[in-house]
Amino acid sequence: MQRLSRSRKLLRTFLRNRTSFIGACMSLTLIIIAIFSYWLAPYDPLKQNVYYRLTPPEMTHIFGTDEYGRDVFSRVLTGARTSLFVGIVSVAIGMIVGTMMGMVAGYAGGRQETAIMRFLDIMMSFPDEVFGVMVMIVLGPGMLNVIIVITILMIPRFARVCHAPTLGIKEMDHIVSAKAIGAGSGRIIIRHILPNIFGDVLVMTTLWLGTAIRLEASLSFLGVGVPPPTPTLGNMVRVGVDFLATGPWISLFAGLAILFAVFAFNLLGDGLRDITDPKLYAR
Amino acid sequence: MLAFSIRRILVAIPTLLIVLTITFVLIRIAPGDPAEVRLGDYASKEAVEALRRQMGLDRSMWVQYLEALKGLVQADFGRSIINGRPISGDLKRALPYTIQLTLFGIMFGVLFGIPTGVYSALRRNTLTDYIGRTLSLGGLSIPSFYLGILLMLVFSIHIPLFPVVGGGDIHDLADNLYHLFLPGLTLGLVMTAYVTRMTRSSVLNTLNEDFIRTARAKGLSERKVIYKHLLRNALLSIVALIGVYSIILTGGSVMVEIVFSRPGLGRMMIGALKQRDYTTLQAVMIVFATFVVLINLIADLLYGLVDPRVRRK
Repeated sequence: MQRLSRSRKLLRTFLRNRTSFIGACMSLTLIIIAIFSYWLAPYDPLKQNVYYRLTPPEMTHIFGTDEYGRDVFSRVLTGARTSLFVGIVSVAIGMIVGTMMGMVAGYAGGRQETAIMRFLDIMMSFPDEVFGVMVMIVLGPGMLNVIIVITILMIPRFARVCHAPTLGIKEMDHIVSAKAIGAGSGRIIIRHILPNIFGDVLVMTTLWLGTAIRLEASLSFLGVGVPPPTPTLGNMVRVGVDFLATGPWISLFAGLAILFAVFAFNLLGDGLRDITDPKLYAR
Repeated sequence: MLAFSIRRILVAIPTLLIVLTITFVLIRIAPGDPAEVRLGDYASKEAVEALRRQMGLDRSMWVQYLEALKGLVQADFGRSIINGRPISGDLKRALPYTIQLTLFGIMFGVLFGIPTGVYSALRRNTLTDYIGRTLSLGGLSIPSFYLGILLMLVFSIHIPLFPVVGGGDIHDLADNLYHLFLPGLTLGLVMTAYVTRMTRSSVLNTLNEDFIRTARAKGLSERKVIYKHLLRNALLSIVALIGVYSIILTGGSVMVEIVFSRPGLGRMMIGALKQRDYTTLQAVMIVFATFVVLINLIADLLYGLVDPRVRRK
């Protein structure tokens, strides 16, 4: 009973907070579009048509066509799906692994754990784009590899966010009592520490989903991400750069879609943060 | 302060070492052999072997690693294994372009970001605040390469005011600044968004502090409260985050350099990657890392200087 009223209160705060509400609507729209992109797209995103090369936006092709006469609108929809998929999968894995690492390191303490955290700090001191490109060269292009790279970039972030609060929480009375009645480390971490930091993790997951989508776009833009002909928003912008004078709509609309996606998740995360903890700060 | 500085500098050394090691290992396990890349698909096995020997790739990993370490200490990165030119020369040519760009970006961001952030915070929940917040969130969300393309589209293609590509002549200041403007603006706007947001939340946090209430209670003018008590303390946390910004900025500079074809470090890195130019790539990564470590170091020292509490830790 207590639990229900608490979650209902949270839901009400959530709906009252305009930022998170608008963000949630935008993100939801995006996810629905991505899921149904196959049915929503008016044309086959890969079908070429030489008679309609680089036609500006008009009634039949509302975002115009690209250099092979492919419909840009259909490609943006399909590309959004790829980008979103890559973002969600890599952030989800990064969250699970990173959160566990951070909590375990914080709870167990000791020298090795300090060393792990130091190492993660150093990894984070590298610009994402530079590190991402390096690892992509080792792994080679491909969607799976992009997911791996972004996951690697996400793990230290989550670990760091979970590590610091764990240090404080493990000294709290309820943890000490749990230990006194004989709860194991695993149980303490999952049942007693995780619920305390879950709010922060949720906020960060949303915010970093935006970061992950932007990173995927950056890697594809640099030509080391998901290779063509699979449309992703990043490689569409990249191809469009060569046609900026004759067909600017290719880059324009693809980039706009990236902006919309990242903005939606940032807005949602920002609102969620206002609700959970106004002091938390993120990159 | 001296002890604090020495401690901070010593901490920076292992960071560089680890970066060198990670780079070294990553490049070595990457597929593609530089000798094969350079000679093409139809080269004979003997020719490839000979070239590998000439490049020094036939030696053991440890020897190559020690060589790389030696290069780091002496700041001499040897020669490119692809075109044979001394890497230090190429770096010297590329570095000014990147430094110019990032400095311009930081200065632009600080110059416009701090006032907007303070203004936005002091007028919390008004229309100005909402517009400011939306714009800065937009700046955080827009990929720097897309912003660059948009600016290029407007100011070089539709209204041909600025050059589309290139870095300009490094010895000609006017030409240089002319080429710097659009890429600098791109990075500067992104930076402004970050600084605005950070300043806003920092000012808001400081506003809740007891000493602000005390200052107001003892009858100081609002002007004095803001300039003497609020801003000085709010700026502390902004200085503390210069390090984080520098990392974001360095990553952004790579993307912007690619969009505007500026002959800086970012382009050098991508070029070296495509050719599997191990030695050049290693050197560029080290320079990037040094760049980030140096800015972090300066930020930390600055922070220690303005906030005596930090020094004692």
